[in-house]
Amino acid sequence: MLEIKNLHANVFGKEILKGFNLTLEAGKVHAIMGPNGAGKSTLGYVLSGREGYEISSGQVLFNGQDIAELTPEQRAALGIFLAFQYPVEIPGVNNTYFLRAALNAQRKARGEPEMDSMAFLKLVRQKLSVLHLKDELLHRAVNTGFSGGEKKRNEIFQLALLEPKLAILDETDSGLDIDALKAVAAGVNHMRSPERAFLIITHYQRLLDYIKPDVVHVMSEGRIVASGGPELALQLEREGYASIAESAR
Amino acid sequence: MPALQRVRAEMSNFLDSQAQQLTQHANPQLQTWRENALAQAMRVGFPHNKLERWKYAPLRALASKSYAAENSASEAIDANQLPPTPRIVFVNGRLNAVHTDTSALQGVQVRSLADILQSNDERSYSFLGRKFPDLDAPFASLNTALAEHGVLIAVAEHNTVETALHIVFISNNQTPSGQYLRHLIECREYSQFQIIEHHYSLGENIGMGNQLMHIHLKPHAQLTHVRIQRCAHQAIQFSRNDVILAGHTSYKRLDIETGAHFSRHELNIDLQGEHAQASAGGVLWGTGNSTLDTRLVVRHQAPNTECQLVWRGLADDKARVNFYGGITIEKGADGANAALSNKNLLLSKQAQINTQPALEIYADEVKAAHGATVGQLDSAALFYLRSRGVPKEQAEKLLSQAFYAEALESIRDDSLVLQLLPYLPQILQREQEDFV
Repeated sequence: MLEIKNLHANVFGKEILKGFNLTLEAGKVHAIMGPNGAGKSTLGYVLSGREGYEISSGQVLFNGQDIAELTPEQRAALGIFLAFQYPVEIPGVNNTYFLRAALNAQRKARGEPEMDSMAFLKLVRQKLSVLHLKDELLHRAVNTGFSGGEKKRNEIFQLALLEPKLAILDETDSGLDIDALKAVAAGVNHMRSPERAFLIITHYQRLLDYIKPDVVHVMSEGRIVASGGPELALQLEREGYASIAESAR
Repeated sequence: MPALQRVRAEMSNFLDSQAQQLTQHANPQLQTWRENALAQAMRVGFPHNKLERWKYAPLRALASKSYAAENSASEAIDANQLPPTPRIVFVNGRLNAVHTDTSALQGVQVRSLADILQSNDERSYSFLGRKFPDLDAPFASLNTALAEHGVLIAVAEHNTVETALHIVFISNNQTPSGQYLRHLIECREYSQFQIIEHHYSLGENIGMGNQLMHIHLKPHAQLTHVRIQRCAHQAIQFSRNDVILAGHTSYKRLDIETGAHFSRHELNIDLQGEHAQASAGGVLWGTGNSTLDTRLVVRHQAPNTECQLVWRGLADDKARVNFYGGITIEKGADGANAALSNKNLLLSKQAQINTQPALEIYADEVKAAHGATVGQLDSAALFYLRSRGVPKEQAEKLLSQAFYAEALESIRDDSLVLQLLPYLPQILQREQEDFV
């Protein structure tokens, strides 16, 4: 589903990704762990097409298609979703309106019929009940005045609603208490399917207790330095990033 | 000096063309006012950009133009396109009897200025005798000299009118002609009233409008006043509102402007009585080559008066949005509370925004806050929306709409805002309402 080949990328002129390689197949969950400054968040932004995050060489193929030149909205319509580390507060834009606009824009881009407000609200209710979310989130402005936990749940709610093929979760566990963490993990687990792939970016092994990855990668200085099964996350937790990055040299 | 002389010489085109339009009136008092006003306009001359209050207005082009007296034929109006009754309709500066219907208004006197001038009812038109300082000339003085049409509205004491009165101004001048309108709105003691002004064009409109409205609120009166200006992009609009608030009054106002080639709006509010309150919001959204130029002057003249001004400017393409917000708290107006917020968004590299808040305080124990900003759309918010699939253009529109939403709250009346929705300019049409 996702093939990243020797990717080099700059953020406002500074090289952050330095030869990143990854192959992620449908139905799989890969975790990317690494210290601050390893380039984890940059990877998420490069994949979703944020302005200022430029691919200088290498390739990103999504289901065989090179996505380097696509806009963020085109990538979203293809099925790429980024759950933000810091979801953006947008006062004055109603959350429900935004979600419907997003869903319908994606459907339109894919040549599917748009959803009317009745059908949409029905879908929203169904997703809310699955995730055990309160519908008051819907009536507020996007992320505005949400607690840290509410923001992250809203990200997972969007994930459930938009049903992407590839979900990138950027430190979705940061700033969450254990109950919120469990709720978010349950939401993600509910979304796991043979057609969907997850790329979970995290600092800590904790989230991986609740979302079992198929593969764990360790990232350092802009590339992957070690890969393994779930046990690699446990080893990291015991020994720290430095030793693993060191032994990989 | 040569530069200044050249400016003057150009300027006379506009003023000369207007001076020729002075008509004779049977009433000697009225005739004197008019002649004096015209003489003042000619003496003061056309303003130039060296004057602080006209600094960013596109005056040179206007100064060289001449405008004839209004004589456009009245266009056939489709009643289905009009806001509901009660309504007053002006077409090309003339009251349109066919579409005007105020029969549902109880306890509200509505009279046409043209009728009153014919009837020689001196007392009713004494408001035309008001003199303007030289700095205000020439456009206010020209209005005194040339306005023959307009409406006088008086709301009776203790009268609460539930339905809003729509006042519609439609223009479709195919030739350069000028429309001078003068209005008087009086809300007597303890009355409550709502007015919604609609200014728009049918097709092209190369005319020039000059409107002056006097608004008087007697003690304990309340008025909500909305003005929507979405004229065609060739039109020139001068609009001035002089508001006088007595004690314990409440004046809530919203100005929405998206049209005209050049729209100059002067809003003067005098808080003359204790506990008078004014809340005024505005959305100025300039596109194309237009210039939207707003000048607010609020004077706190009595203790415990309040004003809250929330104005938002958006400038796209090559548009200019100019804002001046002046608040004066005069000696003795202790306990006054004044707040001005003016935020602006530059939506294009060639657009221009000028903002100047000005606060003068001569009283003790007052609260006053003002702030003005000019910025661009938040790139993080834009990326967030786009990453969910919302196309760039739609995301920008959503964020722009979110940006000005705060100004709409100035009238503190959600049901009125909902009533306005069908009449908002296209660019402001909000799709969000079914979820709010």
